[in-house]
Amino acid sequence: MYEALAGFAQTWGLLFFFAVFIGVLVYALWPKNREKFDAAARMPLNDDAPPSEDGKKDESNV
Amino acid sequence: MSQATAMPVKSSGLDGMLIGLICILGAFWSLMAAARGVDPQMVAHGWLMLGGFIIGLVLVVNAYSANGRVEETGLYHDNVIKAGAIATMFWAVVGLLVGVVIALQLAWPNIFYFEQFGFLNFGRLRPLHTSAVIFAFGGNALIATSFYVVQRTSRARLAGGLWPWFVFWGYQFFIVIAASGYVMGVTQAQEYAEPEWYADIWLTLVWVAYLMVFLGTLWKRKEPHIYVANWFYLAFIVTIAVLHLVNNLSIPVDPFGSFSYRVFSGVQNALTQWWYGHNAVGFFLTAGFLGIMYYFIPKRVERPVYSYRLSIVHFWTLIFIYIWAGPHHLHYTALPEWAQTLGMTFSVMLWMPSWGGMINGLMTLSGAWDKLRTDPVVRMMVVSVAFYGMSTFEGPLMSIRAVNALSHYTDWTIGHVHSGALGWVGMISFGAIYCMVPWLWKKKGMWSRALIEWHFWLATLGILLYIAAMWPSGITQGLMWRAYNDLGFLEYSFIETVEAMHPYYIIRAGGGLLFLAGAILMAFNMYKTITGDVSETEDEVTPQPRAIPAE
Repeated sequence: MYEALAGFAQTWGLLFFFAVFIGVLVYALWPKNREKFDAAARMPLNDDAPPSEDGKKDESNV
Repeated sequence: MSQATAMPVKSSGLDGMLIGLICILGAFWSLMAAARGVDPQMVAHGWLMLGGFIIGLVLVVNAYSANGRVEETGLYHDNVIKAGAIATMFWAVVGLLVGVVIALQLAWPNIFYFEQFGFLNFGRLRPLHTSAVIFAFGGNALIATSFYVVQRTSRARLAGGLWPWFVFWGYQFFIVIAASGYVMGVTQAQEYAEPEWYADIWLTLVWVAYLMVFLGTLWKRKEPHIYVANWFYLAFIVTIAVLHLVNNLSIPVDPFGSFSYRVFSGVQNALTQWWYGHNAVGFFLTAGFLGIMYYFIPKRVERPVYSYRLSIVHFWTLIFIYIWAGPHHLHYTALPEWAQTLGMTFSVMLWMPSWGGMINGLMTLSGAWDKLRTDPVVRMMVVSVAFYGMSTFEGPLMSIRAVNALSHYTDWTIGHVHSGALGWVGMISFGAIYCMVPWLWKKKGMWSRALIEWHFWLATLGILLYIAAMWPSGITQGLMWRAYNDLGFLEYSFIETVEAMHPYYIIRAGGGLLFLAGAILMAFNMYKTITGDVSETEDEVTPQPRAIPAE
């Protein structure tokens, strides 16, 4: 039982993690995702209140 | 105005009723424990918890007026974060103070020794220090910042009505139960998992509520993409829940007694404990604080994340690898050797994601490097990321079996932990609080930038003294312990190695004192910022919106 479990972990576990890693790389580097990720990189900067009608930044609620 | 700032919605009241019910049931159990507790510690805790639950019930009732409770759904829920920022600062000072006390006790063993006050012993105060800095200071910083970040990056108010308040007060309540238990001698004797079974059950309840609030807010989000900081926070919350449940499986001796037996024993217990212990480092002290890094550094320097793709690879590799690193705490033990090797291998692999993350944090300053000179808060966060890089280099090195043979059980480990805890965790938390306080209280900036400068230099110098003392101390210890003479006898007795540590321990206490002094300056600066009029300040920040921007 111990041998079987250890053997399973040492072979299939390795392959599984390798596959997961490749999957992550493919997702991160997929060209179609570039735009989405570039926008996401700016997310912390985009949470300002939207401009009010006269085009100035609305600061009445800050 | 282009948006509705206030959208009052009447609360259903279900949240308040459930929390009230929890308080009533808790008060009932506490009363039983106070009346029928089988040991004096349980009786004392029964009374303490009874008081806590009654206060909780009063707070719930107070949240309602005659017409029920109104939820301002158009505004961010910031009051609970304000409370969290204050609690973070409070526990930071407490935890660091206890740290200085025990550092002095190590340097001069009799300095706080009173025969009639057993609770002042090093053995009682040490878990108080570790829990106060990790779980009270670090935990409050994580809860407060996660509530801040998840709202801003989801454009949604915190979910759950009163539940965020339950999470906040419930967590403080857990800290008080745990800490008062330590000084009374209530402990499971598992490092970083010392609280006994009833405190563990309470924390489980609080943590499930925390997860639900966080997930509920993400569920309501108006942004299609879940920002990377939220992924890190979520990994932290979920993994800590799993670790906490498994490593605290124990059977109480009596339903009204403070003692329990663990279900694991021997090497199984050791492996479970260090699977827990190392992931407390990996997911509490790393993943959670990386969430802080990925929001507050871009925000403060007003630059986008250097590489969002790298942040995705950073996240998935970090969480998949960290969870396996625990066995490196058990080199040369009864743990099967292949499992030790596995822990070591995964620890070495952690170099890559950690340094990827460090590079990502540092390079976010591209185009804004001048802020390093002008803004002490940015400097603080950058030094923090640099310490993240250093301690995640040192950690894998120490996990290698041959290095571990020298470093294990010595002060080198303590130095390593503190370069991570003071350098990385402490500095990034201070940085985030310095950012959040003016944003939350709608002030122009912190009251005094000079005090931030002082804090920065005191803290940095303190850390340097600390780790520069612990390296030689640890290596000396390790070498003295393994030295044999020609006849095969040990060269040194243990007390000789203790004597050799004396000067280093004094330097270490000095370093800790400087770090504490910096934190006290910060607490004062924060007090002045919140209460005072900050109309003129050098530390000017961009005001942040209170209302949720309309789509």
